[in-house]
Amino acid sequence: MTVTAVPDVAGRRPAVRLRKLEDERWLAFALLSPTAVLLGLFIAYPFVEGVLLALSDAKVGDPGHFVGFANFAKLWDDNIFWTSVWNTFWYTGVTTVFKLGLGLWLAMLLNRHFRGKALVRAFILLPFIIPTVLSTFAWKWMFDPTFSVINWTLFHLGFISQRINWLGDPGLAMSSIIVVNIWRGVPFFAISLLAGLQTISPELNEAAAIDGARPWARFWLITWPLLLPVTLVVMLFSVIQTFADFQLVYVMTGGGPANATHLFATYAYQIGIGTGLLSQGAAVSLAMFPFLFAIVVIQLLYIRRVEVR
Amino acid sequence: MIEGALWRRWVFYNIPLILFVFVLLFPFYWMIVTSFRPDGELYRPWNAMNYMPFWTNKPTLEHFRYLFEETDFGRWMVNTMFIAVVSTLISLFCGVLAGYALARLNFPFAGSLGTVIFVTYLVPQTLLFIPLAEIIRDFHLGDTPWSLILTYPTFLIPFCTWLMMGYFKAIPKELEECARIDGASRWKAMLYIIIPIAVPGILSSGIIAFTLSWNEFIYALVFLSSPEQKTVAVGVTSELIRGDVFFWGSLMAGALLGSVPVAIVYSFFVEHYVSGLTGSVKG
Amino acid sequence: MAEVSLHKLNKRFEAFHAVKDVDLQIRDKEFVVLVGPSGCGKTTTLRMIAGLEAVSDGEIRIDNTVVNEVPPMDRDIAMVFQNYALYPHMSVASNMAFGLKMRKFQKAEIEERIKRAATILGIESLLGRKPRQLSGGQRQRVALGRAIVRDPKVFLFDEPLSNLDAKLRVQMRVELKKLHERLGTTAIYVTHDQVEAMTLGDRVVVMKDGVVQQVGEPLELYNTPANRFVAGFIGSPAMNFAEVTLAESGGRLVAEAPGLKISLPPELAKHGRTNLGRGATLGIRPEDIHIAGPEDDAGHCFDASVEVVEQLGSEILLDTRVGSALFMASIDPTIRVRPHEKLRLALKPDRLHLFDAESEKAL
Ligand SMILES: Nc1ncnc2c1ncn2[C@@H]1O[C@H](COP(=O)(O)OP(=O)(O)O)[C@@H](O)[C@H]1O
Ligand SMILES: [Mg+2]
Repeated sequence: MTVTAVPDVAGRRPAVRLRKLEDERWLAFALLSPTAVLLGLFIAYPFVEGVLLALSDAKVGDPGHFVGFANFAKLWDDNIFWTSVWNTFWYTGVTTVFKLGLGLWLAMLLNRHFRGKALVRAFILLPFIIPTVLSTFAWKWMFDPTFSVINWTLFHLGFISQRINWLGDPGLAMSSIIVVNIWRGVPFFAISLLAGLQTISPELNEAAAIDGARPWARFWLITWPLLLPVTLVVMLFSVIQTFADFQLVYVMTGGGPANATHLFATYAYQIGIGTGLLSQGAAVSLAMFPFLFAIVVIQLLYIRRVEVR
Repeated sequence: MIEGALWRRWVFYNIPLILFVFVLLFPFYWMIVTSFRPDGELYRPWNAMNYMPFWTNKPTLEHFRYLFEETDFGRWMVNTMFIAVVSTLISLFCGVLAGYALARLNFPFAGSLGTVIFVTYLVPQTLLFIPLAEIIRDFHLGDTPWSLILTYPTFLIPFCTWLMMGYFKAIPKELEECARIDGASRWKAMLYIIIPIAVPGILSSGIIAFTLSWNEFIYALVFLSSPEQKTVAVGVTSELIRGDVFFWGSLMAGALLGSVPVAIVYSFFVEHYVSGLTGSVKG
Repeated sequence: MAEVSLHKLNKRFEAFHAVKDVDLQIRDKEFVVLVGPSGCGKTTTLRMIAGLEAVSDGEIRIDNTVVNEVPPMDRDIAMVFQNYALYPHMSVASNMAFGLKMRKFQKAEIEERIKRAATILGIESLLGRKPRQLSGGQRQRVALGRAIVRDPKVFLFDEPLSNLDAKLRVQMRVELKKLHERLGTTAIYVTHDQVEAMTLGDRVVVMKDGVVQQVGEPLELYNTPANRFVAGFIGSPAMNFAEVTLAESGGRLVAEAPGLKISLPPELAKHGRTNLGRGATLGIRPEDIHIAGPEDDAGHCFDASVEVVEQLGSEILLDTRVGSALFMASIDPTIRVRPHEKLRLALKPDRLHLFDAESEKAL
């Protein structure tokens, strides 16, 4: 507001009440300050602290000294680190593709009228709602080499003839983890995409059908382009969550067997908390930052382009 | 639209949907069956003759008894509940106010602050847990519920703010202007008009924030150490696994009970949860 | 009850100058209508009076007190919004009580006032309902009720009728007029509909591009528009215009255009002579054109070819071509006319308007 006082000769003039909260700027300041304090203390400060830590040789109980990029140099020569980098990308890429495909399929199955739809929708979200650690334990138990219900099923269906050690073999362990992540993520994709589908007027599809478009053409020419903005945002969230995942791997394999299934986060935990090499651990998790940053920037730019279109 | 003959409807819609539902829900069924299965049946190899995967004839409460008598499971539940409720309330308080300011007030840098909130919304907990552990220790908060109550808002506030911004933006600005002309200050207009109208959004944010806190793992794992301070997820992980011996029955019983509060809250507010979830990806 | 005066009022949105040097004295108990095409700055002006928009330059006084920096809550005004802005989570009664509660009125007094307002507006039976359970017309009444319980110094209306269907709009217009006569509160009313402006306003302010074009009583605007814009904006169907040149012919001033040669009456000619040789715009309202008869002076007649015939029952509207110009004429409904027919039309000379071609000001 302009606060230039207009002198008033003829008339009376009320005392301008100095209630600061009437001024949008002061009100905004007041409303934002609790958030700013908490986020400053527990996000901005740790971030700076993390950078300093990664540049030092601190251990548990030893504040350490500045050592420059020594920690990162060490990581450069660390095979397990590179395995984790590769794993993280593989894990993120594969699960995202499957979550998107299956989620979209499920969303389309749900985007119809049928009896019990509300109930089905409510139950379907359960894998996403139930604490990941707890549901992952159920999967770990299902994958148990000796007592596995999965082995039993595959055996009785005739697919296997002997036991499979799901979590004991490096390749299989990663695939098992991927399966669990997809299981947990599909509901989120499905429900979000379903909401997107519901905003697309059925008349568009009907008009296209009358114009002679087959279902497949209708999907690619109408549904998919209109759904793209929502899809991209859902993928943004999912990719970041998956890239920085910890709980699932921690419970399923703890990074094993023989450090074959580490992601950034589990490896950072193992080094920083497990072995107590705080600086080294901080370096591993900070190494995630440039990748995350690039992912976010690329996706946001792409989303903006799609939304402008 | 017309979906064609009955068999087409089954092949293309009903059977795939049934398969989806089956796969998505089976692990929970497995969790339930396991938690009532006596140990004798539990540790019977899958290729044994009398392996009976989907049912048990001798259901037992033994695993639940173990949970409550031999571990601090009750405490863990109370801890988790306390932490989730308090951090949710803090986050709602901050998020509603911040969301209101960012969505409805004009002030310098409003746009860039909105972006900052969105970016912090994207910061994963695993990026900062090591330096945070140090800070928590410096503040002498280690091994107390407050270490989590104060740090959970770092991911809950951005979420609540973001969601609330969407709800606030949808409320016509005339309502507030009318209230101000009617004699309300900005503050009162917010309190009596805008916030009550945004109650569905507040509920959605609150429910999702609650499930997110209940779900959080790595901070709880790193910041808490004594058994009686732990949350369900951490307690179950550390106290029901001894070396490489897993107490599967009790583990599943704990997982089951640990899921119940979230499931209850969720079942009461499914619609709010879903609208919050879909609102949060609308951007 | 109050006087409102605007003095050199300006509003700039960053680079955009939305309201320019608006001067206006509104008398106590007066009903003033701001009218103009969409985007001309009416709402912005009203919002500055309400205190919702900061004044960039100039001064607003209510009862001779400068209120530029007084927050809306302390201005003692009431406003009815286009979308009504009823608080959706409150009942009708609470909606009406809100302003009084904020001003710390006694409970009994609040109830008394709500009852009175509800009786005036005929909404007693709706008091317990929520806004979403009301029809458009009922919402409108509640919004009015919320304004009148406050008994404010000034009422502000921002296109309050534009969300109603045509029939209800006419009905509410009449009721608003009655209400104002009964309460006598100073009112400022914004609309883009000139019919509303003409029927409601004691005085009408015509705006265009943030500038006041003319202020006057409705008939004044209709009969003596200050410029071509006001002439075209007020009146329906709109005034016909033809670009003409002015020339002396046999002692009379004649306005000429292809297919048109009209001698101007002496009074108009006096003003028109200042523009001799320069361009001018001739204006005539459709209702001042009729089919030529023997009594009409040849200098006031012209030939037209009919393009479209619109039968309205009470009158016939003819879209005609006169030389290169299009003229609309409103004629007696009993006359039979067909498209493509050639007609000889006459106009009422004392109803002619003449505008400068450059400045568009009335001559
Ligand atoms: N907050 C704003 N920021 C920028 N321009 C605005 C704003 N509000 C109104 N305008 C512009 O000012 C002009 C006048 O608007 P308004 O007063 O709403 O017109 P109307 O006469 O239709 O009520 C319009 O061109 C509009 O685009
Ligand atoms: Mg307007």
